[in-house]
Amino acid sequence: MQKKVFQLLVDNTAGVLSRISGLFSRRGYNIESITAGVTADPKYTRITIVAMGDDEILDQIEKQVAKLVDVRDVKELKPESSVYRELALIKVKVSAKERAGVINIADIFRAKIIDVGPESLIAELTGNQDKIEAFINLLSDYEILELARTGIAGLGRGINNVTYLAD
Amino acid sequence: MIGAEAIVKCLEAEGVKAVFGYPGVAICPFYNSILDSSIRTILIRTEQNAAHAASGLARMTGKPGVCAVTSGPGATNVITGIATAFADSIPLICITGQVNSELLGSDVFQEADITGAVESFVKYSYLVKNVNDIPRIFKEAFYIANTGRKGPVLIDIPIDIQNAVINKFKYPQEVSMRTYKPTVNGHIMQIKKVMGQLQKAKRPIICAGGGVLLSGAEKELRTFAEKYSIPVVSTMMGIGVMPTEHPMYFGMVGNNGKAYANRAMNEADLIIMVGARVADRAISQPDLIIGNSVLVHIDVDSAEIGKNAIPTIPLVGDARHIFEDLLKQELEPQDCEHGDWIDTLKHYRDTMQIKRNPNPEYVDPKQFIICLSEKMNENGVYVADVGQNQIWSCAYHIVREGRFMTSGGMGTMGYSIPAAMGAKLACPERQVVAVCGDGSFQMSMMELATMRQHDIRVKIIVLKNNYLGMVREYQHYTYKDHYSVVDLSGSPDLEKLAAAYDIPFIRLVNNHGMEEAIDAFLKNDESMLMECLIDPMDLVK
Repeated sequence: MQKKVFQLLVDNTAGVLSRISGLFSRRGYNIESITAGVTADPKYTRITIVAMGDDEILDQIEKQVAKLVDVRDVKELKPESSVYRELALIKVKVSAKERAGVINIADIFRAKIIDVGPESLIAELTGNQDKIEAFINLLSDYEILELARTGIAGLGRGINNVTYLAD
Repeated sequence: MIGAEAIVKCLEAEGVKAVFGYPGVAICPFYNSILDSSIRTILIRTEQNAAHAASGLARMTGKPGVCAVTSGPGATNVITGIATAFADSIPLICITGQVNSELLGSDVFQEADITGAVESFVKYSYLVKNVNDIPRIFKEAFYIANTGRKGPVLIDIPIDIQNAVINKFKYPQEVSMRTYKPTVNGHIMQIKKVMGQLQKAKRPIICAGGGVLLSGAEKELRTFAEKYSIPVVSTMMGIGVMPTEHPMYFGMVGNNGKAYANRAMNEADLIIMVGARVADRAISQPDLIIGNSVLVHIDVDSAEIGKNAIPTIPLVGDARHIFEDLLKQELEPQDCEHGDWIDTLKHYRDTMQIKRNPNPEYVDPKQFIICLSEKMNENGVYVADVGQNQIWSCAYHIVREGRFMTSGGMGTMGYSIPAAMGAKLACPERQVVAVCGDGSFQMSMMELATMRQHDIRVKIIVLKNNYLGMVREYQHYTYKDHYSVVDLSGSPDLEKLAAAYDIPFIRLVNNHGMEEAIDAFLKNDESMLMECLIDPMDLVK
């Protein structure tokens, strides 16, 4: 099993996300995360999918996704030539005494503290998946009350392989 | 002009001649407007058969078949027909009425989320929310259904949209879709590679599937096979790509196919698979077959290539265009001499026929189907249902210049009668025979009324053995004759049933008088029902 990140450019039609996620569930493909949002042109949505499987399955995933009528473009975002980012919001239970320690860790990771209460705080961290995993691991000494992760969004580097919306 | 009239105008612009369906309130505006057009409406007796009939019509005309049903149960009933068409890549346009768009999602009377329900069985679906989108949506739907890998497209139209006034009706001349661009022409480098492999091959074979028929590439395939002396086998969906008795045709492959066809596949050193999915019933162990051979896989759907077997040369494109390009390549036929290989295959064909021991008390399905084939018109259409009758039909029907149709991928019982009706409507001058078992007949016998009402002169043969024979055969082998829920006792007397519908009837109880009975059955262009009594214990294997 390996992991691949696919970037899709799709027509922003009603039901397009359900068509894509339905394809994964009915064919039994493993999906780790899926994120979607409109592009500079609101007619299009950009979707980033992290999928797992062996080579043949990953090849099938790419072909089956490409076949969907709403999908204009699908390509793999290879780690060496792409950037991936994920956002995580982490609510940690902290007493007044513990607070400084958590803020310390957050500073090292360049996470932001976006909410502080008498017994908890929320940290916001953006980064690739490894960084977020490492941050969560370091917080394991504390009680994590709630955790929300967006799944990754990605783009290829440079101007090669750009799909121009106008074409 | 209102939406419903616009839909009819779209169908007229697409050259639609007939719509199969069943009205209900939610589709009534459409059925009201269609009265003002020359499009024929056929009241089918259950919605599933509307899709099957449209499928039969589509397969004969090469254009999408159209059905129109109401919301809720009308729409859900049609799903099996849609799934059947999807599995065999048959182009359909299914129009479903829907409840008022403002009530969508509130579970009102006869509301069903049909676009959601058919998602995995359609090539695409639309829920029309603005009446002004109707012309564009229909133009796109017909284009999507009948290009690339063909398939059903569903258009769900709420009743208020059908009744809404459309600003200005203009049917688009061309489709402009940013996202959908099917590949037609094969890559020239790949085509050259195929010819390179062909030059090297000692034992080449072409395995043709339904995609060859869907792209209308029969002539090109035959020319190519003859030019380079390449033997041809077919999948079930590919039956009819070549006349059965063509010297280069070596039967249907698969677990229900000819042993000599499978042996030919096993021994080939170059397999050119075209318009076929390498699916489990045709090629049960792809690794074994392609282990020692070069596999060329030609398909219009790139996702089929490499799904079940990894080819040496993948070649994406439409079969007809690809054969045309293959025929343009410079390779001298004398460089492809496969005489020994063909002699070997002929020897297999002569010596590997299944020996049957028919029970003389009953009609032998083999002898019957051969006799029927010989007496049918050259260009007759033979529609096989699903079950033992289908396997016998595949094994023994002799295609000459006609068509053979069946539900291959989905194996939907009850397909033959409605599909034959669609075929007959498409080609009224051709002889159309539906061959079913007594199980499949009872799944669509309500359509005898449709045939009578609309004067659709289909001929029906029921191979009657009082069992769900295919399942009984499975239980015979797998559960050692421990039969469960396969006895068809209680079935109607078909002679009385035919009389009730005022359809002439013939019964054949054994092989005596077979020729005369078939002559009488085929002699004029009238509907007729023929019952053949088959040994209940007969087996296809």
